This record gives sequence, structure tokens and C-alpha cells, in this order.
Amino acid sequence: MVASSKRTPLTFLVHATVLFLVVLWTIPTAGLFISSIRDKDQLSVSGWWTALSTSEQRLVTRAYEPKSQVQQGDRFVIRGNLLEGGSGEIARFGFSSLKPEAYAVGDVAEMKKGRTLQVNANGDYVLSSPTEWKGSRGQRIFYTAEVPPRFTLDNYREVLSAEGLGQSFINSLTVTIPATIIPILVAAFAAYALAWMRFPGRALLIAGVVGLLVVPLQMSLIPLLKSYNLIGEFFGVGSKTYVGIWLAHTGFGLPLAIYLLRNYISGLPGEIIESARVDGASDFDIFRKIILPLSFPALASFAIFQFLWVWNDLLIAMVFLGNNQEHLVLTGQLRELLGSRGGNWEILTASAFITIIIPLLVFFSLQRYLVRGLLAGSVK
Amino acid sequence: MADVKLTHVKKIYSNKVEVLKDINLDIKQGEFIVFVGPSGCGKSTLLRMISGLEDISAGTLEIDGQVVNDIPPALRGIAMVFQSYALYPHMTVYDNMAFSLQIAKVSKDDVDQQVRKAAEMLQLTPYLDRLPKALSGGQRQRVAIGRAIVRRPKVFLFDEPLSNLDAALRVATRMEIANLKESMPDSTMIYVTHDQVEAMTLADRIVLLSAGNIEQVGSPLELYEHPANVFVAKFIGSPAMNILPCRIEKTGEQTEVSLSAKMSVTAPITTQASEQSKAAFFGIRPEDLSVVASEEEGFLSGTVSFIESLGEATLLYVQVPGCEDMVIAKESGTLSIQRGEQVHLSTAPEKMHLFDDNELSYRR
Ligand SMILES: Nc1ncnc2c1ncn2[C@@H]1O[C@H](COP(=O)(O)OP(=O)(O)OP(=O)(O)O)[C@@H](O)[C@H]1O
Ligand SMILES: [Mg+2]
Repeated sequence: MVASSKRTPLTFLVHATVLFLVVLWTIPTAGLFISSIRDKDQLSVSGWWTALSTSEQRLVTRAYEPKSQVQQGDRFVIRGNLLEGGSGEIARFGFSSLKPEAYAVGDVAEMKKGRTLQVNANGDYVLSSPTEWKGSRGQRIFYTAEVPPRFTLDNYREVLSAEGLGQSFINSLTVTIPATIIPILVAAFAAYALAWMRFPGRALLIAGVVGLLVVPLQMSLIPLLKSYNLIGEFFGVGSKTYVGIWLAHTGFGLPLAIYLLRNYISGLPGEIIESARVDGASDFDIFRKIILPLSFPALASFAIFQFLWVWNDLLIAMVFLGNNQEHLVLTGQLRELLGSRGGNWEILTASAFITIIIPLLVFFSLQRYLVRGLLAGSVK
Repeated sequence: MADVKLTHVKKIYSNKVEVLKDINLDIKQGEFIVFVGPSGCGKSTLLRMISGLEDISAGTLEIDGQVVNDIPPALRGIAMVFQSYALYPHMTVYDNMAFSLQIAKVSKDDVDQQVRKAAEMLQLTPYLDRLPKALSGGQRQRVAIGRAIVRRPKVFLFDEPLSNLDAALRVATRMEIANLKESMPDSTMIYVTHDQVEAMTLADRIVLLSAGNIEQVGSPLELYEHPANVFVAKFIGSPAMNILPCRIEKTGEQTEVSLSAKMSVTAPITTQASEQSKAAFFGIRPEDLSVVASEEEGFLSGTVSFIESLGEATLLYVQVPGCEDMVIAKESGTLSIQRGEQVHLSTAPEKMHLFDDNELSYRR
């Protein structure tokens, strides 16, 4: 305590490293978030770090159709506003795609056949012609606008409804929550037994669990799927169901879960458990009333790992759930969007942010258990 | 009725080491028994076997006349207080004490009544809602004792309950345990310690263990005054008894032994004629030695090579010619003796101890 009040080079290094990591993590996340709530037109022309400054956009719009013209004296006039009520300021304009910035605002542009176009900074335009406007389409107007920053939730609205992300979000939750809880429950029981119950073959079982830790997932996918289908057929269960993916994730998560939890639980003071035994508690009582509450930090940290891993998983979901729309998980949906809407950044960033919201929530709500020492005061 | 009886009890761990060899012990109801012995002698193991936390490799253990070798700890009618307190860290003091009763499905009112009674007894009432981490060491230890009391066990087992406390608190808690025993005269208590002051002050009977054997069982004063062998003699008492190798010169009701070529002493201890000329050990406690003025009055003479003044007493380390180890004498008060001085030591004859060449006492 005394030492830490003095700034040693080491503490400085530690602080610098922490700061570096925070920045490293925060900046992309913030960029993603800011991009996702920007207007899609602004997003396509400038990066997220310019989000708060006005952006210069070259735009094109069509004036109202000729049928909205009114006759004023000897001229036929079409009036309107380029910005359609939005805020912004127009700097230059033009009427031909060859010279989109030919005129400054306020100027009167001379077009063919004596027609003129005038555009004001606020977007008001006046098209005027000595002859009647013909045709069904309006005149094209090119303009360069200074558009102030605009933030919107439209992107989210769009991806959640139109792009089917809402459904995948629910699918992902349906996969992830049971696939996190089931292995934790099973592993906690197993870890207690492997740590504190005496039975023959215990050491062998532990060795087996450690051995399973190193089995590559990819190697076991196909055999697993085959045997699952075989057994599922016997019970009349379809091959691509949630049950299948829950079991798969449980299986892949269990070795690590058992290993981590056993290490933690066997580190609990033995006298507490013996004391409970003398107090008359059965193994189940001890597990429920002593081990579970005391292991909460370990359970929480494993829950975070397992949740993130299942949430971010694509491979197992593709194999065990397939990619039909009604079962598609978020990662699968994102991959589809990358293919079909690869240029629409507003779609991609909003989808990506929706995808990371839940992991962030899980992490921040459970992280305090990672550091809290629950054992204080139990033994000397 | 809560007698505890051990017959030919043995403990062999899986590594084939015999930690306890043939323990026979008869503990009466209401007795306060203290197991003492050097570290690693098997005190905790013996206690844990009585509690049921450790299997009994051979022999029988009876509590209340019933063989309980295969009965789980909870059904033996025992309660245990651990050295590290072993409180449940996530439960309040109240819940810690209520735990065993709740497991036993005692009705809520009864639980409440018993917990409050125990808390009252141990002055824990103000802390009932606290978590163990918000208690001092002494309070934690009292909670551990309270947790034992609420179960109303027939036998209390304590495994070095005071060794984590500081010296002052240790004395206070020791007295509390003595009071506790007094308020529950029918409960049998078995207490493990390696602190001989605790053993001497608390015990009705001390069981002195060494390397898996019982060396002697008896009241504290019996062990002090009539140690059965050299080990007991040296273990009980501080500083330890002086043990001097000697040779038996004359047997009979009075035995004369020679400590060296020049020094011999006659002790009022009976020896058989067959012991004549055998090697033996002469024992005398430091506090039973006193400095005398002339050589004729004393039986040991030597030069003082070291002096420790403790205030209430002075320890003299005397180099006696012909003896390998230094003889320690404990005089009350302060002395004006200097290092290097020649001193003469005497004692009352009945304070002398004589052990044969197998280190067993002749006074049997
Ligand atoms: N699980 C075990 N397996 C093998 N040997 C053990 C085991 N537990 C204890 N021992 C051995 O049994 C002997 C007695 O241990 P025990 O804990 O009873 O000593 P103790 O008298 O309580 O000592 P201390 O005063 O240090 O607590 C020791 O030599 C110890 O090494
Ligand atoms: Mg011990």
C-alpha cells in the first residue's frame, strides 16, 4: 500500500499499458457504434470520426415534374426545395452531370431555350421557362450541400425488421442461453464430485477430461453429427434442431468447464466441507448450500467464456442448425448480409453493433464476480 | 451417557505408513480429555477418526457403547471445532450456527431459540447478522464454538482451536472454554493441542501421544509428577526436565546412582537387585533444583556458563564435569551469580526421577 503511493516506473508502465488497451478496445467499438447511428448518405461519404462536423455532399435530385408548374406572367415556373425541409446549406449547383458545380448559390444558371435555374442556399430553387415544361420527369439538379451531422435509428429499424436481424437475434439467444446454462450445471456437479468425493477411477476420469481438452472441434464435428442424426432418427427427432446444437455446445464446452471448475472447487478450504459434513449435510446439501454460492466467481467467469464462444460461433451453428432463415443465428445472418449488402455500411455496422450488445451486457454485468474474493473471512 | 472407547485402533494411510499404532483409550462421560504431543504425532488424525471424517483402519470405536466405525459423522452425536474456524463465509453468524439444525429439519422456532441461546452464552448476540469476514479472530472462533453448541452434541471435538489467536486472546478464550465445560458438565470434550499450558490448565486427563503411540494417560499433575518415561518427562514442563545418564551403584529401597566418577546421589526409589550396575537415566526438573552455598549440601556442582534472567525467575545453565548436556536450574527471583562462577545444586529427594535403560520410569 505504501509502495503504491510512490510512482515507480513499473506502475507507470502498468497504467500506460492499461490505457493503451482501453484505447485499443474502445476506439473500434465507438467507431462501429457511431457509424451505425449515422445517416446512410453521410456514412457513405465520410468516416465516423467526422460524424460531428458538417459534411460536404454531392447530390442529385429531380425537380418537381412539369405538371406542378405554374404560369407567372409570360413564364412557366416550378418551385421547390432541394433539401425537402432537411437542414443544410447549399454551396454550388449545376444542371448537367458534366458540370455539377458550375454555379454558386444565388446565381442564375442559363439553360437551353431561355430556361433559367436559380438555387438559394436554403435549398429553394426556381425553374423558369418561357415555354411550357413538357415531359413526365422533372429536371435533374446537381448540387453540393453542406449537411450538418444527422443521427438516426433508422438503420437499426431497418436491419431489425427488413433484414431479418430481429429473428436471428432471437435465434441466437435461443441457442446461447441453454448452451451456457446446461454445461455449467453439469460441470459444477462433475467438478464437485471430482474434487471432493472419493470413488475409484477418479484420477482416471480427471485425466480423461484433461485429454478431451485438446481434441480439436473440427475433427469431431462430422462423427458427432452422424451419430446425433442416427440417435435422433431413433427417437424421431429431426436433424437440425435447437436440441442438437445445445447438446453440441454442451459437449464442446464441458471439458474446459469441468477442468476450470474442478480446479476452483478443489481449492476451497476442505475444513469448510468437512464442517458441513459434521453438521449433517449430504453431498447434495454441501453442493447446493456451500459449493455453489462459494463458486459463483468461477461459475460467472466460465459463463462469460461459454456465452461469448457460443454467441460468436458460426461453424457449429452452420453444421447443427443449417442456414435456413428461421434458424439462422446472428453470425450466420451477418455473413449473409456481407454477401448481399456488402456495400451498405449502415446495414453492416448496425447489424454488427446489435451482435456485440449482448456480449457486452453479459460481460459488464458479470465482470465484478471475476475479481471479487468471496472467501474472505472463512478461514483465518 | 457418552463414553468414548477406543480399542486397538489403528490408522494406516494409503501410502502404507502406520500413523497410529494400537490406540487404547477409555474416556468417561463428562471428561475433558486433551491430546498433546509433538507435531505430526497423529493427534489430529485420532480426533478426525473419532469424528468420522477419517476411516478407522483397524480396531473399534465406541461412542455411548455403540460401535460407530461405519456411522457417518453427523449421526455420531459429535460436534467439531476446527483450527481454521471453517465458518461458511457466505452465511451470517446466525445462519452459520443454524445450518446444522436446518439440515436436521428442526422447526424454525426451535432453531431460533437454540441459536439465540448459544449466542447469548458466547456474547455473540450483537453480531448475529454479520458475515464472518466482518468479525475478529476471537469472535470467529466463538462462532465456531457456537456452531458446535447448538447441535447439543454428546462429544465436543476441538482441533487446536486457539492456535490462530494471539497470546492475550488465547488466554481469554481458554478461560471461556473452561467456563463452557463447567456449564455443560455432562458433555465429553476432546481437545487437541500442542501447547502444554492449554493441556495442563484445561484437562481432566491428558493423553500424551508420540509417533502414533500413547505415551501416558493421566491427570496433568500425574504426568508432571510421575512421568512414565523420559519422553513424557521431557515433554511436560518448561524448561524440560534435566536427564542425566548414570549408572546404578546400589539397589534397594534407596537407589544410589553415580553421575560421574566423582558425583553420586541417592534417590528414594526402589530398584531390584537385578538392576545392579546397569545404565540408567537420572531426571530432575529445573524448578526443583536450588543453589546452595557449599559442596556438601548439594549433589551437583558445575560452572555457570549462561544465565537467563526472566524477572520472575532466573535460569542457570550449568556445565557439570562429566555430563554432556548442560543442567538447567530455575531459581525464583533474581540472583547475584555471575557467569563462570562455581555453583552447587541440591534438591529434595522425593523430586528425583529415575528411568531405566529403556527410558521407562522405575517409579511404577
Ligand atoms: N492424508 C494423509 N496421507 C498420508 N499421511 C498423512 C495424511 N494425513 C496425515 N498424514 C500423516 O499422519 C501423521 C499425523 O498427522 P496429524 O495431522 O494427525 O498430526 P498432528 O499430530 O495433528 O500434528 P500437528 O500438531 O502438526 O497438527 C503425519 O506424519 C502426517 O504426515
Ligand atoms: Mg493437527
